[in-house]
Amino acid sequence: MLPQILQRLRKRLVEHIDGPLLTIALVIMAFGLATIYSATVYASNRAVSQLLNMGVGMLVMWLIAQLPPQKLMRFAVPLYVIGVILLILVYVIGVKVNGARRWLPIGITRIQPSEILKIATPLMLAWYFHKYEAVLRLRHYVIAGLLLLVPFALIAKQPDLGTAILVGAAGFYVIFFAGLPWKIIVGMIAAAAGSAPFIWSMLHDYQRKRILTLIDPTTDPLGSGYHIIQSTIAIGSGGPFGKGWLQGTQTHLEFIPERHTDFIFAVFSEERGLVGNCILVVLYLLLIARGLMITANASTLFARTLAGSITLSFFTYAFVNMGMVSGILPVVGVPLPFMSYGGTALVTLFLGLGILMSIQTHRMLVKQ
Amino acid sequence: MLIRTTSQQSQDGELNRFRFRIAFAAGTVVLAFAIVVGRFVFLQIFQHEYYTTRAEDNRISLVPIPPNRGVITDRNGVVLARNYSAFTLELTPSKIESLDQTIESLGELIEILPKDKRRFRKLLEESKSFESLPIRTRLSDEEVARFAANRYRFPGVEVKARLFRQYPLGPIASHAIGYINRINKADLEAIEEKEQGANYKGTEHIGKTGLEKSYEFHLHGETGYEKVEIDAGGRAVRNLSRTAPVPGNNLTLTLDTKLQEMAEKAFGDRRGALVAIEPSTGGILALVSTPTFDPNLFVDGIRSEDWEQLNNSPDRPMVNRALNGAYPPGSTFKPFMALAALELGKRTPAQAISDPGYFTFGGHTFRDDKKGGHGMVDMYKSIVHSCDTYYYMLANDMGIENIARFMGPLGLGSRTGIDIEGESEGVLPSPEWKKRRFKRAEQQKWFAGETISIGIGQGYNAYTPIQLAQATAAVANNGVIFRPHLVKHITNSKTGEKTLIEPEPLRTLPWKPQNIETIKKAMVGVNKEGTGARAFAGAEYVSGGKTGTAQVFSLKGADYKGHKLKQELRDHALFIAFAPADQPKIALAVLVENGGFGAQSAAPIARMVMDYYLLGKQPKGPAKEDEAAIEDEE
Repeated sequence: MLPQILQRLRKRLVEHIDGPLLTIALVIMAFGLATIYSATVYASNRAVSQLLNMGVGMLVMWLIAQLPPQKLMRFAVPLYVIGVILLILVYVIGVKVNGARRWLPIGITRIQPSEILKIATPLMLAWYFHKYEAVLRLRHYVIAGLLLLVPFALIAKQPDLGTAILVGAAGFYVIFFAGLPWKIIVGMIAAAAGSAPFIWSMLHDYQRKRILTLIDPTTDPLGSGYHIIQSTIAIGSGGPFGKGWLQGTQTHLEFIPERHTDFIFAVFSEERGLVGNCILVVLYLLLIARGLMITANASTLFARTLAGSITLSFFTYAFVNMGMVSGILPVVGVPLPFMSYGGTALVTLFLGLGILMSIQTHRMLVKQ
Repeated sequence: MLIRTTSQQSQDGELNRFRFRIAFAAGTVVLAFAIVVGRFVFLQIFQHEYYTTRAEDNRISLVPIPPNRGVITDRNGVVLARNYSAFTLELTPSKIESLDQTIESLGELIEILPKDKRRFRKLLEESKSFESLPIRTRLSDEEVARFAANRYRFPGVEVKARLFRQYPLGPIASHAIGYINRINKADLEAIEEKEQGANYKGTEHIGKTGLEKSYEFHLHGETGYEKVEIDAGGRAVRNLSRTAPVPGNNLTLTLDTKLQEMAEKAFGDRRGALVAIEPSTGGILALVSTPTFDPNLFVDGIRSEDWEQLNNSPDRPMVNRALNGAYPPGSTFKPFMALAALELGKRTPAQAISDPGYFTFGGHTFRDDKKGGHGMVDMYKSIVHSCDTYYYMLANDMGIENIARFMGPLGLGSRTGIDIEGESEGVLPSPEWKKRRFKRAEQQKWFAGETISIGIGQGYNAYTPIQLAQATAAVANNGVIFRPHLVKHITNSKTGEKTLIEPEPLRTLPWKPQNIETIKKAMVGVNKEGTGARAFAGAEYVSGGKTGTAQVFSLKGADYKGHKLKQELRDHALFIAFAPADQPKIALAVLVENGGFGAQSAAPIARMVMDYYLLGKQPKGPAKEDEAAIEDEE
């Protein structure tokens, strides 16, 4: 009797969990925890509180994974509308921190509405394409583009270029997987290249400075170039095998800024070297490969586009973060997925994992 | 059915197109990660060494530990310059918000006098703001404790234990020893030029004059380093290693402090110089220039009122007269002239002239001091009684070229090479010299009449006391000239190894022994029965000497009554001497500015120095002027 109950409970627990996806994420998070421990060992240690964040994240993942994609679809419009309204509210009553208006005060705490849009935007677009699947015309892509532009512009204007890029990329992936004609994609790339000077003139001074210091960080070694220079030194001095866990001098003597958040990769890279970096990259590749497999097997347009978008978002996070920390991309505030410290970002990532798992595990039911 | 099939086909096609997009996305992902990995390979393999260095530079800071400066002692071990440790109150201006306010509140705890503030301001102007600068030195234990209790109130202020230079004997031999002072811009350039920049990190003082300057790189030592790990904020986290500094080398001088002290006292309050040399080595026994100064005043940065007083005093105590004062040698030139005449065959010792009391040349009359002349004068008498006419004639017979050619190798008119920097050249007159010296053509020509007064050591002749002492020592040493030097040996502070400064014979002059004997005999005669006889009456050793008087003020035609003239218009008194005559242990030159006749004020000082050096006799008070010598003089 009891074994049967236990077996049913176990089945209930793991029924909608995708083993490979969770395993890979857990391995990356283990690296993340060790690195956070190293980065904050002399200050208030954040490893334990990150462990707590992971617990919350996994709970969210499990809950989402229980919902079939059809139910997820119902959240699309309300979540998007609420997200956009909150973004507009940020302009009215938002709190300015470090020169950017990103936060919305709610009672004693404050939230960052742009975080909601990371999921709400692809959800909305996937829903939209799913709705008009049978009658897809060019104008639907244009409307989808406008639906994406609204949150993108609002977030970029805060200004929060990092999040705007992530939201824009997530939305674009949906449109791409929904079958945006190649001609338009090529045309957009050409248009983007043509309008680069115009975009340049639109950028904020700090954004321009970031791009300029990327090209030559030494022009401002103590100002905005400092981050890139110090993280590059950390990575380079790590060498093939790294300095060893807890042995990174750039980390422990506090030369690396944002050690446990956006620049955690510099810490990891200094202590684990090229070997560690390659292992990490392979782990991300496995994660993405599993995500794309789920995407390929998804049964509806909604599920396909959403799964594809979430999977490629993981890639975007990892690529942009490693690229900026190693000095080949501008410094934008993008955390390294499952590595960087931070509750909100982690919960969002687990939400994405949960959706992927929901799509994967409810596939059979749909077919039946 | 048909419709269904079409729908099935279109759905399959769509799925294929979708899968192609997934494959495209996968390809993009792999490509993007490949770029990132390529970047890692570049940074971590190819640039690894470069970034390792950068990381090390980031974290490691070298904190210099300045070495202890070498100690200077005299030939008998008497300490002339040493170091002592004391607490100083220091401010780092870059770490202090309001300097004035901080100094004011510090003043409530520790006495800070206006002069301290002034000196601090001066240091502040000269220094970089991140250096810590002393505002008070030599804090008492109580002051240190009082500050320690209130330390938290004063960020950027610290009490430091520092080594200070001290000259225990104060003004004695200060012109020889010199002093140290804070490093200034010009010093820094000199340090860089010698590629000693790294070794002077952390050093604040440097030798400015005297031996402190010329032996700077011996005395300084090697700076040690503490390797410290620092964090991004520049705070020291831990010490990695320590390389101990190597203390500077110690100098042992040829100088005899007691002789030096005694000689300085012999001058009383008169201005002048004395150089005493050991003829057989060139070692300097005493190097006097009066008045002197207290080198201790300079060590922490001299107070401006002290500096002004030293600089504006009419007695010019900062001038080292022994090396930088160039004076006409007067009659002390005569023995060298006589030796030249013998060597060049212009005179024999016995050859005598008849001295009418004057010499006429080209319508101009050159007077002898003794009215009516000395009668028949041979070489011996010409030196013993200092007969001018004899030398007017001799100079005329020899010609200026011959005189210059003989005096040059004797070291007159060129630097002796003493181991103190900044020595003056003096003037050995010659037609070439005149051409170099003057610009206008009519001034450049040498007139034969100018040669006449050169013969008695007047005219353009101008030599430093050390040159005269060196030349005297050369005669005493039978023509072997040594480079005068103050340092006897340098002791390596680490190994204890002593490096002897070898007596360095500059050259041996090819004088005939009988000629040297003739001159020496005549100089002995000076002290026995001539112009130096009164000063050397009753001496227990045989000495040779020669008095001299250098004209400061020309009395056209009028009689010179030195004792009736204003002091600053009186002639300079000179005296050269060596003793004992058969085996000279000491040779010296004395100069008393405005001292009148040589026999009157310079010779008595020489007597006291020799009595002390050869017999150990302690004089009672300064040398007295010999008023009676005036009538008897040259």
